[in-house]
Amino acid sequence: MSAILNDDLKHKLINDETKKVLIAPLVNDNPITLQVLGICSALAVTSQMTTSLIMALALTLVTAFSSAAISAIRNHIPSSIRIIVQMTIIASLVIVVDQVLKAVAYDVSKSLSVFVGLIITNCIVMGRAEGYAMKNPPIESYMDGIGNGAGYSLILIIVAFFRETLGSGKLLGFEVFKLTKDGGWYDPNGLMLLPPSAFFIIGLIIWSVRQWKPEQREKIDFKILDIAHGEGGHH
Amino acid sequence: MEAYVSLFVKAVFIENLALSFFLGMCTFIAVSKKISTAMGLGVAVMVVQSITVPANNFVYHALLQEDALSWMGIKGVDLSFLALLSCIGMIAALVQILEMVLDKFFPALYFALGIFLPLITVNCAILGGSLFMIERDYNFGESVTYGVGSGLGWALAITVMAGVREKLKYSDIPAGLQGLGITFITAGLMSLGFMAFSGIQL
Repeated sequence: MSAILNDDLKHKLINDETKKVLIAPLVNDNPITLQVLGICSALAVTSQMTTSLIMALALTLVTAFSSAAISAIRNHIPSSIRIIVQMTIIASLVIVVDQVLKAVAYDVSKSLSVFVGLIITNCIVMGRAEGYAMKNPPIESYMDGIGNGAGYSLILIIVAFFRETLGSGKLLGFEVFKLTKDGGWYDPNGLMLLPPSAFFIIGLIIWSVRQWKPEQREKIDFKILDIAHGEGGHH
Repeated sequence: MEAYVSLFVKAVFIENLALSFFLGMCTFIAVSKKISTAMGLGVAVMVVQSITVPANNFVYHALLQEDALSWMGIKGVDLSFLALLSCIGMIAALVQILEMVLDKFFPALYFALGIFLPLITVNCAILGGSLFMIERDYNFGESVTYGVGSGLGWALAITVMAGVREKLKYSDIPAGLQGLGITFITAGLMSLGFMAFSGIQL
């Protein structure tokens, strides 16, 4: 009887935990806007929606499977060489992804260039392996990988949406705004296709998230004293 | 010679790893609060970059490239898909060795750079440099130039960024934009500045 109850309780706990690790990384604990992980590729591949979607998918799969694999052998990894072991597992998975992309979608693989390889050093993958998978069982770690991958994908898709629609008037290659050079009304904003725009968009996303969820704001180092107050100074 | 100089300038300014390829962004944002630490990390990245890029170049050309094993009498073998694994293994091993050598022979330098070395293994700028070297098919001389140049470019970018951020903390920034948000926008403006180099033909 108590065994059944225990199982029941355990089942419920796992479900709650699963739900938490799946949902939290989307906004409340987003890897990019809060944990500051995995920014490199978030900026570099987002000038087109197609590449961003493929990158997001690749990263989610690698994070999920590497977390599961590392978690499965977590009790057998000596802590002094754990980074190398994690790296080897991640690198093998990334090689699989890279080869599959080269075989299935060669054009996308060419436009992603080195960024598929750089999933190896993407801080999200390493961060989740080190921070979650080393302490938790495989299934939860897998879910945690999926959740964090989804949080990353969300930001990537938002950034790519703005960059592609405003930068070239298209979305996934389909025309959204008719360009002036084709007789339409929209004059594409070239800045959106250049690297700096990704920084601006992510900065603005962070701003809006923190406006919405004030608990994510950072502590202010220096507060500006209100000396002009009451002396008829400028307002 | 001229080709090397132009490759060097290109690696430092025009194709700056941090500001036009966004590599090593995580550490770039996290460790750029103070000029002195930023500079320490920058120098460490430069040193590691100028060792690992040529080393990976050598391994790639001697072992992995298509038909590279012909000196052993093995023909028609293409191991280039192992490049990712060998690059990251090489970087992890070299960083570990560098750490031990510094600890043994240059303790002062070890204390200055030591804390940054573990961070460097997972810095995308290092792996990115090696992967760009493979993708662009540099020879050994070019890879040395590219390694030094790209490392210097990254160090320059993070030092400048730290300088801006040191002043920035005294300014009145909206609460939600405080910290990470304004850092991104600053990096964007810096990147815009570096875009000015992109028109230069060398």
